[in-house]
Amino acid sequence: MPEGLQRLWRTFFDVDQIMAILPEMLAVGVPNTIILALVAVVIGTVIGLVVSMMLISRNAIVRMPARTFVDVFRGLPVILTIYLVGQGLPIAGIRIFGGNSYAYAALALGLIEGAYISEIFRSGIQSVERGQMEASRSLGLSYFETMRWVIVPQGIRRVLPALTGQFIHIIKGSSLVYLLGLLPDQREIFSIASDASHISGTLSPMVAAGIVYLCLTIPLTYAVNAFDRRLRDGARPTPEPVLTPAHQS
Amino acid sequence: MSSSRHPVGVHAENITKVFDRHPVLQDVSLKVEPGTTTCIIGPSGSGKSTFLRCINRLEEPTAGRIVIGGEDITSDDADIDAIRSRVGMVFQSFNLFPHMTVLRNITLALMRVRKMPRDQAVAVAEAQLEEVGLLALKDRRPSQLSGGQQQRVAIARALAMQPDVMLFDEATSALDPELVKGILEIMKRLAASGMTMMVVTHELRFAREAANQVVFLDRGHIVESGPPDKVFNTPSSDRLREFLSQML
Repeated sequence: MPEGLQRLWRTFFDVDQIMAILPEMLAVGVPNTIILALVAVVIGTVIGLVVSMMLISRNAIVRMPARTFVDVFRGLPVILTIYLVGQGLPIAGIRIFGGNSYAYAALALGLIEGAYISEIFRSGIQSVERGQMEASRSLGLSYFETMRWVIVPQGIRRVLPALTGQFIHIIKGSSLVYLLGLLPDQREIFSIASDASHISGTLSPMVAAGIVYLCLTIPLTYAVNAFDRRLRDGARPTPEPVLTPAHQS
Repeated sequence: MSSSRHPVGVHAENITKVFDRHPVLQDVSLKVEPGTTTCIIGPSGSGKSTFLRCINRLEEPTAGRIVIGGEDITSDDADIDAIRSRVGMVFQSFNLFPHMTVLRNITLALMRVRKMPRDQAVAVAEAQLEEVGLLALKDRRPSQLSGGQQQRVAIARALAMQPDVMLFDEATSALDPELVKGILEIMKRLAASGMTMMVVTHELRFAREAANQVVFLDRGHIVESGPPDKVFNTPSSDRLREFLSQML
């Protein structure tokens, strides 16, 4: 093998190093990444639901704070937001999570993703035909009941693919919690790889992390797509009903 | 066909609707007697759909008053959700909820608005589907139904609420010609059962056969109104004569 190729191989694809780091990555890193991502997804989805409803309000006093939130949290660099939430809040005396940087990181991620998800939900909700709102309101359902039962369920279904992208974003974004300093057993996939790379002086642990990330994100994409197809086609294909002549139209 | 338990009248008084400084309805007044059917005809853009949509305030009238069964529904303290639950509406584009089964389309408002327990709502919905001949399709999605079937479900959905008044906004305009008749038959049966109905339609034969009153609307004004015999046989205005000659 030419020397350049050998160096490339040793730096990125050193099988021994990859195998050496995998046990810790799977035992410590994967659970931490999944917990961080799940918490951020829950926070982001709740924020997304509330803020998207505010974004479509006709009342400027309701709309403005939502608009500002989305613009700020989508516009700031992620790293700055993580510092602002993880270090800014405790310095400002808002120690909701005590000294637990892990929880602040999850909150920061949730806020950022909430801003993106708000816009995704808004576009989905606004794509639902006006007739749906009219039909529901004409049956006597209130605006919020109509949103809850008729508009939002349809709107979210339409943006599921975009939402998947956002969830992948969260999984990868969870790597930035290292900025706040983590205890050894709080480290997620990327921190473990990063530490190991510093020690070994090669990037092979990073490649191991990459493989593990792909093992999380690709199945997620397929799972959501399958779910999406099921929603589109109905729960399951219904058999042709037997129509008696009296029932024929 | 279930009819309204308390047939009520509808009075529209001096309804004006302005969109972006463009007047669509100007000072339209109309009285619908309890248990009767009024057909509203007129060229497209005449404001007839807008007028119908003002009756349950899907459009807010710019000025004027609407009284249903003695209750002023345009007053500031009117409970519009409660009023709408007693005024059924059927749309040109059906507007079934595509993410729900046929049955759930009907039970939703029964459970959320009428606060019926699920069993009771299902029983009411199934009885109503039976009426329109679609009970066998109750577990289907709207997208698996023909246009005529979808419109039957929409009618069943409105009737399940036991409305005092039914509004039909060009209910057959989006249907293939062979499916129109079935819907008109249901509407005729409903009218004959004593439901108070307001029907915006292009089906002049339906208006002639089922209406107690026919209203000709043009450019936001009621040009002529009266019993179908009078309106169709002895039109007194040039505009109505012209409209009728174009429709035949």
